[in-house]
Amino acid sequence: MPKDYHNEGRFGIYGGRYIPETLVPPIEELERAYAKSKKDPQFKSQLRYYLTEYAGRPTPLYYAQNLTRYIGGARIYLKREDLLHGGAHKINNTLGQGLLAKQMGKQRIIAETGAGQHGVATSIACAALNLNAEVYMGLKDTRRQSQNVLRMELLGATVHEVSSGSQTLKDAINEALRDWIANVEDTYYLIGSAVGPHPYPTIVRDFQSVIGSEIRNQAKEKFGRLPDAVVACVGGGSNAIGSFYPFLNREEVALYGVEAGGKGISTLKHSASLNAGTVGVLHGMRSYLLQDKFGQIINTHSISAGLDYPGVGPEHAYLKDARKAVYVSCTDRDAINAFMALCKYEGIIPALESSHALAYAMKLAKKIGRNKNIVVTLSGRGDKDINILLERKDFSRYGIKSG
Amino acid sequence: MIAIKNMDDRIGRKFSNLKERKQAALICYMVAGFPDLKMSEAVIETLVSAGADMIEIGIPFSDPIADGPLIQQASHHALTHGVRPQQCFELAGATRKIFPDLPLIFMTYSNILYRTGFEDFMYKARASGIDGFILPDMSIEESEEYVKISRELGLASVFIVSPNTKDNRARRIMNASTGFLYAVSVYGVTGVRSTLYDRSIKRIVKLRKISNPFLPVAVGFGVQNPDQVSMMVGAGADAVIIGSSLINIIKTSENNPNMLNDLHNFVLRMKNACRHS
Repeated sequence: MPKDYHNEGRFGIYGGRYIPETLVPPIEELERAYAKSKKDPQFKSQLRYYLTEYAGRPTPLYYAQNLTRYIGGARIYLKREDLLHGGAHKINNTLGQGLLAKQMGKQRIIAETGAGQHGVATSIACAALNLNAEVYMGLKDTRRQSQNVLRMELLGATVHEVSSGSQTLKDAINEALRDWIANVEDTYYLIGSAVGPHPYPTIVRDFQSVIGSEIRNQAKEKFGRLPDAVVACVGGGSNAIGSFYPFLNREEVALYGVEAGGKGISTLKHSASLNAGTVGVLHGMRSYLLQDKFGQIINTHSISAGLDYPGVGPEHAYLKDARKAVYVSCTDRDAINAFMALCKYEGIIPALESSHALAYAMKLAKKIGRNKNIVVTLSGRGDKDINILLERKDFSRYGIKSG
Repeated sequence: MIAIKNMDDRIGRKFSNLKERKQAALICYMVAGFPDLKMSEAVIETLVSAGADMIEIGIPFSDPIADGPLIQQASHHALTHGVRPQQCFELAGATRKIFPDLPLIFMTYSNILYRTGFEDFMYKARASGIDGFILPDMSIEESEEYVKISRELGLASVFIVSPNTKDNRARRIMNASTGFLYAVSVYGVTGVRSTLYDRSIKRIVKLRKISNPFLPVAVGFGVQNPDQVSMMVGAGADAVIIGSSLINIIKTSENNPNMLNDLHNFVLRMKNACRHS
């Protein structure tokens, strides 16, 4: 990789630390603690223990034979993060950061959540590790995802509704940051994606890289070589960076990040920061953002609440500019069609987030043709999304009505 | 870059005048365009006539992470009513015409400057009569370009220290700060609060004397009554910053015909507390 890649908390010009002064001491404390834990064999073995015994790692790399046959192109393999405890890849990070918080002697954990997946994964990890969880969630999201609110509460977490701004994920992050500013001494902010001020994007990437490392080993077992392509969805980008990272120096592996194209990029109702955004500063980092020409963050749209975020992790911003990964987008409609296909052909209900990656992988499979292997990171399962689909007027159990 | 003639140091002159008169400065924050732009001009005139020594004009940003609910809502209101940087420059320009010696500072978030380009934005601000900037999410590590352009344009770059800032770092922040140093008196975002830490203020004032005796210290966040102002001034603060408590009065404008009167009386009392030293 080029020299400016990951230099003092920056990925090229991206990343950094744009934070109120009160957050500097706790962020520096976190940086020191993480550097120590990273080298600590006991920390590593503890994390390995929880990931295998509790969360269910390793997850299978499943050859989606029926779907492959239906598409008639490259072989499609699914990295089954949906099978993890909690139903999504989020737990890789919450267990890691939960253990880190414990090591730092912080008992009170705060987190933000959009759809509720990270909130649930935080609640799970905190229950397992005997920590106290408080989760910020936009008012709109608590209504869209009321079941996840109930899940978090059952798991012992306190859920704070956020009624400021657009009442979605970005406002939940704002509110979690405000809480942290007020409670720096005893509180750990457990951020859910590869975003935020340094060192968060690096920490989250490291904890999620278990996905890519397993893909690398399993690919060799299943088809004797590295995959030709790895495809993952990108909101903040944690499952994607975790899938990509172990392959960054392998030129033969093409990396595709799939953003939420919403109703189409030209409609402005989307969440495709890398495809349609401009560079700016939000949530402590410099990255691609969806903003107006005055620097105000604009409201995003995606059928998938987990991708509905106006920024993106700074490492992805760097990889895009350095052309180490390719970032594309899929519309709501593409995602629903892929969702339906996976339900029908493989008996797997994917999260709408992961359905974006799947939708692009299906196109790619046709394009690159037979005898190639594509790995799609199936970041989560889709039970949580059934209600969202039922609310769409054009949806029936046979799929999207045409026209 | 077009050369700008070195403008008067309005902030420095204000502080030395007040020092001679044994007064601390009262710095008043308001959000441009809250409740509307016309009212903003009246608000500034009221603040100054009641004794405000400097005005901080808040340029609204969609995601103000260092602000509590009052300023968030005021910013949101201004944004949804179409307030953009251009109108903030115009407000500054109009204020400058009326008050040629009044120190005027923009407070906003880094992205507002970053999006337009630091140089372009700060040049326009300077041209409209602004004397400096406060960017609560601009850490010294990220501030190279911002500080460089501030120096070139003769704008004050006001940085913030917190109760948890270590001494070594506080010195570095003081070295990057011009105009004054913004000492946050509490852990938390802006807003009205009952507990303030005068101990941390004493510490900062002491530190300031060791490292940069010419840099005034302004205390802000959570200041809501004259007693707190007296406490801060007693602890050695050269200035006290009030914001949320003003917004709390300004927001009543819709159904309170005496809003400007109330604002005037409140500021008068706060400024009086700056005189006991």
